[in-house]
Amino acid sequence: MLRGIDLAVAPGELVFIIGPSGSGKSTLLRCCNRLEEPSSGSVVVDGTEITRPDVDINRVRQKIGMVFQSFNLYPHMNALGNVTLALRKVQGLGRAEAESKGMAALTRVGLAEKARAYPNELSGGQQQRVAIARALALEPKILLFDEPTSALDPELVGSVLKVMRELRESGMTMVVVSHEMQFARAAADRVVFMDGGMILEEGRPEKIFSRPDHARVGEFVARIASHH
Amino acid sequence: MELQRLAFSFFNADVASRYWLDIVHGMWVTTYLAAVVIATGLGGGLAAAMLRSFHFRPVNVLIVVFADAFRALPPLVVIIVLFFAFPYVNLAMSAFTATWLALSLVLAAFAEEIFWAGILSVPKGQTEAARSTGMSRLQTLVHVILPQAVRLTIPPLTNRMIAITKGTALGSVVAVHEIIYYASSGASEAGNPTPLTLGAAAYLVLFLPVVMLSRWVETRFAWKR
Amino acid sequence: MEQILQVFFNGAIFERAWPFLARGIGMTVALSLVVVPIGLASGLAVAMLYHLHRRWLNRLLMAYVDFFRAFPPLVLLLFIYGGLPFLGVDLPLFGTVALAFLLNTSSYYGEIFRAGLESVPGGQAEAARSTGLSRWQTMLWVILPQATRNVLPDLISNTLEVIKLTTLASVVGFTELLNNARNAQALTYNATPIVAAALIYLIMLWPLVRLVSRLEHKSIAVR
Repeated sequence: MLRGIDLAVAPGELVFIIGPSGSGKSTLLRCCNRLEEPSSGSVVVDGTEITRPDVDINRVRQKIGMVFQSFNLYPHMNALGNVTLALRKVQGLGRAEAESKGMAALTRVGLAEKARAYPNELSGGQQQRVAIARALALEPKILLFDEPTSALDPELVGSVLKVMRELRESGMTMVVVSHEMQFARAAADRVVFMDGGMILEEGRPEKIFSRPDHARVGEFVARIASHH
Repeated sequence: MELQRLAFSFFNADVASRYWLDIVHGMWVTTYLAAVVIATGLGGGLAAAMLRSFHFRPVNVLIVVFADAFRALPPLVVIIVLFFAFPYVNLAMSAFTATWLALSLVLAAFAEEIFWAGILSVPKGQTEAARSTGMSRLQTLVHVILPQAVRLTIPPLTNRMIAITKGTALGSVVAVHEIIYYASSGASEAGNPTPLTLGAAAYLVLFLPVVMLSRWVETRFAWKR
Repeated sequence: MEQILQVFFNGAIFERAWPFLARGIGMTVALSLVVVPIGLASGLAVAMLYHLHRRWLNRLLMAYVDFFRAFPPLVLLLFIYGGLPFLGVDLPLFGTVALAFLLNTSSYYGEIFRAGLESVPGGQAEAARSTGLSRWQTMLWVILPQATRNVLPDLISNTLEVIKLTTLASVVGFTELLNNARNAQALTYNATPIVAAALIYLIMLWPLVRLVSRLEHKSIAVR
């Protein structure tokens, strides 16, 4: 249950959302592409209010990319197939054009040579990177990450964070829900702390992690830091 | 009960020569009927399951009622009602149509439940991923969900299809000219069970290969519980 | 609308037909009560024979099962009904019908129980035998309960099929529900008896259908 959320993300910003489980972080993220429907209020993406009833949500979703905690790759298609499906069916591209765009996306995440591999032949980190390529292929304006590394073995987390860092540097607007504090410290422009469905505090990483206004935030940060 | 008398009764070459052509004609009708029933039954069941995945409440209630009713009703009862009761309200239909319609409705009901179970078994994340890339509900269903769902449906579907196609024999009760119709009328006429033996053989020729094929299919698409 | 009521749901005719229908229900139930338990028992026997893992025996059993799965039950019934007299065997109608259905259902129940037995991990039997339980005790107390639980939806679903199968007996004049309903329809020139019979089947069997659905969804959810 979300209450009274007012959040703005500027182009090129990397916003990190943290908070205890059940605080509504994932729900908030999923409202951004209407995988969850807000009961009141509005969501505006790149100038378009996507919560209006007359909006073509499928067209809008091409501008918003999403990466899931459990990857959700299509098991019956290889990596390239996963990346190009929406290009072919939603954007109507021909096979050759779709494949070249798909290969470009896979190259960007460093997996060009695994284009013909099936998800069950890839490691967790590789699968997640293919999932990122799938979202990138549509050339979105913003990327949403829902705990992208939480389901990964520790050794594989680095490869995914590396890709995310590169995306940040290329100017992509990103909203990330995650527990990876080091990454937030290094790359985030803004950190948002949520609890009980509300935004308790937001600010630059140095402030939130070292001198937060709210005690809750400090407790949470300390607890997470001791686990990682 | 000597062996000779047995052969004379059940394998009488003379009687066989008189009726084997009828039996072959019956085989053609049986095959044709089975083929159309499978086409419309599976098609209807798949369409209903796909419709169900769009979650329109009133439509879903209708689909569930339909599936429950036609899985509870014995197929022969449906054939009888269609053929004997409907004429009373000016909806007469041929014996073939009544049999085809009854068996299709029953197969569609079972197929819908099987396809629906398959669709349900695909993790929700697949739908979310596809929709988050802008694919419509129908596109998601066709390109992502169904290919994964179908794998799970093959063993129960082949079983159900075999059961229904054996139901084509029920058409003989309303005088559809399929195998057992000719076999049993021939046996009565000749006072000899050889036509029945021919009929039995005809069914085995048609269905044994299908049953053995389905065994192979089952092992290939092993349905893990 | 008025006409539909007259022809399909005629109260007066239903009253007249009811005694026949009631007797038909009784015969349907009686036939089911004979065929289902014996079918279950013979199916279980077939499955346990399979479990002995003798190559030649399994081939034979598989042929038996495939044969009766390929054979339409109506054809089997007519074949036995029409053919037995020529073998000099004179069975009462109930016996003929029961025999035909048993041959059919034992093969289906056999397949289901076979899958059930195979679904129990081999380690179970090993553990039981290692505590001194005999072969039979292991089968009875350890293997069978688990096997049955694993295939319960299929068993109930097949039982539902067997009850529906009883309608075939009407073709050879056995006085079960459908047969009596058709006779009543012919006598009264009105479709109410057969519509009533259809509704009665729905009422009798719908609960079983719901039960099978619920069990199947539970086993999917577990996965």
